[in-house]
Amino acid sequence: MWHKLGSALLVAAAVSAAACGGSGGDSKEVVLVTHDSFAIPAQVKAAFEQESGLKLTILQGGDAGETVNRALLTKGNPQGDVLFGIDNNLLSRALDAGLFEPYAPAGLDRVDARYRLDQANRVTPVDHADVCLDIDKGWFGSHGIAPPTDLADLTQPRYRKLLVVENPATSTPGLAFLLATVARFGPNGWQSYWRGLRANDMLVVDGWNEAYTARFSGAAGSKGNRPIVVSYGTDPAAEVMFSKKHLTATPIAIVPGSCFRQVELAGVLKGAKNVEGAHALIDFMLSRRFQAAMPESMFVLPVRNGTPLPDAFRRYAVSPAQPLELPAAEIGRNRDRWIDQWTQAVLR
Amino acid sequence: MDTGRPTLSRGRTVATVIVPVAFLALFFAFPLAAILKRGLTSGGGLSLPAGTSQLLWFTTWQAAASTVLTLATGLPLAWTIGRFRFRGRSLARALVLVPFVLPTVVVATAFLALLPDGYDRGIWAILAAHVFFNVAVVTRIVGGAWATIDPHSAEAAAVLGAGPLRRAREVTLPQLAPALSAAAALTFLFCFTSFGVILILGGPGRATVETEIYNQAARLFDLHAAAMLSLLQLGAVAVVLAVTSILEARAGGAGTLAAEDDVLRRPIGWERVAVVAVLGVGALVLVLPLALLIGQARGSWGALFQETPALLVEPWQAAVFSLAFAGVAAAIALTVGGLAAIALARRPPGVIDGLVLLPLGASAVMLGFGFLIAFDQPPIDFRSSWWLVPVAQSLVAAPFVVRIVTPALRSIDPRLREVAATLGASPSRSWREIDVPLVGRAFAVAAGFAFAIALGEFGATVFVARAEQPTLPVAIFRFLGRPGAENQGIAAALAVVLAGLAACAALAAERVADGRGRTL
Repeated sequence: MWHKLGSALLVAAAVSAAACGGSGGDSKEVVLVTHDSFAIPAQVKAAFEQESGLKLTILQGGDAGETVNRALLTKGNPQGDVLFGIDNNLLSRALDAGLFEPYAPAGLDRVDARYRLDQANRVTPVDHADVCLDIDKGWFGSHGIAPPTDLADLTQPRYRKLLVVENPATSTPGLAFLLATVARFGPNGWQSYWRGLRANDMLVVDGWNEAYTARFSGAAGSKGNRPIVVSYGTDPAAEVMFSKKHLTATPIAIVPGSCFRQVELAGVLKGAKNVEGAHALIDFMLSRRFQAAMPESMFVLPVRNGTPLPDAFRRYAVSPAQPLELPAAEIGRNRDRWIDQWTQAVLR
Repeated sequence: MDTGRPTLSRGRTVATVIVPVAFLALFFAFPLAAILKRGLTSGGGLSLPAGTSQLLWFTTWQAAASTVLTLATGLPLAWTIGRFRFRGRSLARALVLVPFVLPTVVVATAFLALLPDGYDRGIWAILAAHVFFNVAVVTRIVGGAWATIDPHSAEAAAVLGAGPLRRAREVTLPQLAPALSAAAALTFLFCFTSFGVILILGGPGRATVETEIYNQAARLFDLHAAAMLSLLQLGAVAVVLAVTSILEARAGGAGTLAAEDDVLRRPIGWERVAVVAVLGVGALVLVLPLALLIGQARGSWGALFQETPALLVEPWQAAVFSLAFAGVAAAIALTVGGLAAIALARRPPGVIDGLVLLPLGASAVMLGFGFLIAFDQPPIDFRSSWWLVPVAQSLVAAPFVVRIVTPALRSIDPRLREVAATLGASPSRSWREIDVPLVGRAFAVAAGFAFAIALGEFGATVFVARAEQPTLPVAIFRFLGRPGAENQGIAAALAVVLAGLAACAALAAERVADGRGRTL
């Protein structure tokens, strides 16, 4: 371990020296601006750097919404060349502001049309994931209660005090679930559905982390006591893949018909210093290698047809062919108003 | 061996003022002004968002209540550590720093796990967490001051017939007043601008000015509302700081400093029981959340040395980056803060003493946004430079250095220097042989604080850290955000490492301070 420590110190020194030497404006560098959940295996990053001859610098901080807002703040003189992590719920805000330069990457023809949200190619779809209701299978088994099979079930008395959701004003999956209820119950019905959930003593928390790891009983090691949570359709796979012990079945199930599709996209930022590098990076994000690495590193599913999935994802990840959906433009028009109405109906 | 150079020549006097002022102007005032200007010129006039008065009221009273509770909890510990010599005293002083540096997200999650569902929400959880975090501030600052109060004056008062209460009120309390006021002001400031605790433990809908600034700026992108609220918060903080520093200056009369070796003694009689009780309760409160973390980390230690899809480096390497950044940040903070303290100590205590804490009243997200738009053009295009990480950390740490070192410098009896001069010592020799040993302890305490703050800093770091160089709090946050037992286990293991490093750093500062003490 000591030689590793030494090498890390060397790396730190070298990085510092390089950073001191010259930063910004270096065309040999391509800078990716992204959110906290972005992750890329070191070998995949190295492969990109070797193939392209570019150094990939990753700047991340905040969730997807904050990342987009940082890009809006620095519009025209962006922090980086490519932004990754904007999703269909935020897309209209960025497109209206003219944040991106169009680019049609190599490999776009291998992406299913349903993920291609902008016909002008200002953004490129990179991955998709569904926000769903997760169920702790063990809890329902040991309590002898049948798990819910539809969103509408959750207002029934037998599911009282069992659900934990995230505040849509502060959480990406929380917002997706609000949109799911709008898609399912319509613009006139969703508020009364939420009043029903409130009357049934659902718990509202601010973020995914608290909801899933502290409140939900199904996450490994959690002391939570709520067996239903708003989270992702890939959780059944993630719990198997990242369990401490070898699991032969997943502890988590998904409520059918509860999933709302999220597509994550990347775009070339207007004013990018290294436009060619930005193009190379977006091409790479659609490459087989990057797409195949995403499930394990980011718990999302590839958009490129024919990308092989890790075993746990092939067996346990849930991504319905017909998820709940709303047009991005409609989300853009109504998002803030819906969040206000939700706050009135649920928190006040 | 000394050549008799004057230490505080005019040039150096100017340097003690110019360096800190230039640093603050460039890395604090300039970016903050840039983002405030952007917000205020984006339309909306000078109107505050609706509900601001409620926001301000809740922010103020929860901070006041937290401060009172923290003082009540911290003073017994300060008394124990500041009055008595016992085995493990250095360890106790070091351990008390641990909660202070743990990322709020870790502690808040541990708190949630400790408390049963339904009893964990709302104001009591917030107050408890604030006490847990800030008890170190009271213990270290007040305890440090207590250990330098010359016991002879209290003994003299006893000889003259003053009872214990009267001695406490008329001898000890006035001498402790500056430290008490400093600790209370810092605690109030931290609770007033509290962010993670409110966000996680407050539950939906509960907001302070600081969390609302974040909400408006980062989530809703309403820079006008964020700028107005930032000005309100800065103004409120400035008023509090000005008032406390005036009170502090009035309390004045700090008396003479004594060396710790002359002050500390073994507890006798009832004091033994009290010391054991205070330390026992303190240990329990400290150990519970830590034990929970250690339990969660079980089985994940090996994973610290394996590649992970979550980070570009192996998890343990985050500790190396953290140590390197915190080292640089502490050096910057000690230089800038130390120079400012030397400049301040030449003046009588006043409003400026309080206002050096003003940077802590700025919202991290606004400062981060300010960095992005202020440092984006040559020649100051450094918004992506690695050294912004330690600079951002030192902005948070430097005010502590000033607050801790200035009173110590001031309370050196000027007659000591006069005597030294009469005996032929040059100013720099008297600085080295009188000032340095006497304030060495304060410098060591400040260094420990600065390093620990930099080690645990998250709000500003996450804005400027690069993915290749994650710090421990950033790495912990990344793992906490991923499902699966192994990821949660690694987060807990890294939190234990962070706690351990902070304790080690504080222990090392103790050793240095003790070493200095003996040279006296």
